[in-house]
Amino acid sequence: MMIMLHSVSRNLICTISASFLPRTCAVQQEVLPELPYDYNALEPVISAEIMLLHHQKHHQAYVTGFNKALEQLTTASDPRAIVALQSAINFNGGGHINHSIFWNNLAPPKEGGGEPPEGNLASAIESQFGSLDNLIAKLSASGAGVQGSGWVWLGLIKDSKLLKVETTANQDPLAAKGLVPLLGIDVWEHAYYLQYKNVRPDYLKNIWKVVNWSDVAKRYDSA
Amino acid sequence: MATCTSSLFYGPRLLPLSGRRSSPELSWRPQQVVLPMAKFELRTPPYALDALEPHMSKQTLEFHWGKHHRAYIDNLNKQIDGTDLERKNLEELVKLSYNNGNPQACFNNAGQAWNHDFFWSSIYPGGGGQPVGEVLELIERDFGSFEEFAKEFKAAGVSQFGSGWVWLILKDAKLSVLKTSNALNPLIWGYIPLTVVDVWEHAYYLDFQNRRPDYLNTFLDKLISWEAVAGRLARAKAFVNLGEPTIPEK
Repeated sequence: MMIMLHSVSRNLICTISASFLPRTCAVQQEVLPELPYDYNALEPVISAEIMLLHHQKHHQAYVTGFNKALEQLTTASDPRAIVALQSAINFNGGGHINHSIFWNNLAPPKEGGGEPPEGNLASAIESQFGSLDNLIAKLSASGAGVQGSGWVWLGLIKDSKLLKVETTANQDPLAAKGLVPLLGIDVWEHAYYLQYKNVRPDYLKNIWKVVNWSDVAKRYDSA
Repeated sequence: MATCTSSLFYGPRLLPLSGRRSSPELSWRPQQVVLPMAKFELRTPPYALDALEPHMSKQTLEFHWGKHHRAYIDNLNKQIDGTDLERKNLEELVKLSYNNGNPQACFNNAGQAWNHDFFWSSIYPGGGGQPVGEVLELIERDFGSFEEFAKEFKAAGVSQFGSGWVWLILKDAKLSVLKTSNALNPLIWGYIPLTVVDVWEHAYYLDFQNRRPDYLNTFLDKLISWEAVAGRLARAKAFVNLGEPTIPEK
């Protein structure tokens, strides 16, 4: 008896036959998304060197790692092996998700980077934080306070449409905290070290010049 | 590591009125009591900042030791100023502030201050290669071979997702590899650390960028001080029986 099973993950389409026949799965490979601008487009806020390494090395490594972990998952036979892959899937998958959002959250100034938000998001920020400056101050302070590696987020509580500043550790996706990610700032050291060294607050002070608030607003409206 | 500056502390001390030994009356008389207060200092590494070139650049040392490590010490001092924690040495402070998994505010800085001190003493110019003598014997006993140890050590380093450290420790009289995240270290679980490599990105990004595996190879091939491991092992033996034969009874 053959059962077609579309699993929760859209990457795995498995056919499960009778128990004595092996399971076969077609795994859809994730691909590194293209950067929506040139590597030097965010200068002088973020250097071309950092953008190149961050996109082509770090993000690519998450994609590669995620695909490898998924493939191992299809051949894992016992619960222990499957559970052991959880951290690799979470880390690499989370890294891929987070960075895919990040590249679109940023834009060169000539393409709208740094311009304040408009519309529904702007009203929500005004009413919930008082002003955009207040929100930015809160995000920067939270980002500076992340110990170790992680992200600072502007997230959305879907039911109440309330905005929330939140942080995540390592590559944990914001969804794990029950929030829709609108804007994420990477505060892993690889995101700024070559340029800002240990002075993370300077990176956080400058990044607002290239934040693409219209992308953030789009996520807010479509959530 | 900790310098004590004494300060005068006026506190109440109950003293019987002189001459009346059996008198139940007691009086208060202020008494000068000198209590040591510790302020942690940034200890310099046991080599010049450019001495580890080309394997770890002077620039890395200037930032890693001169900025990151210094900030942990400075911030720790600010956090413990005027509290009871000021009278602890750093190792005590780390264990105390870890608070059995519910860390106090100063744990991050205390742990990182201790970890970095330990790290600078774990590497040396002309380091790397293989250990000799008892260290090598124990590695071969507990890992099978030096190559197996190196493989496990490096695998721990690349699989430490995020910031952290990779340690060679003595645990239950056996050598093993332990990876910890952020500021955690083996002291909090009562294990004895023998060496460590820092895998926070700031430790290697200027020299190796994303190439953490290359950094780990360089650490083992060119930096690690096996002499430091031997010294720590010798001290550990004062506390741990590594299975030496006992004098046979008659």
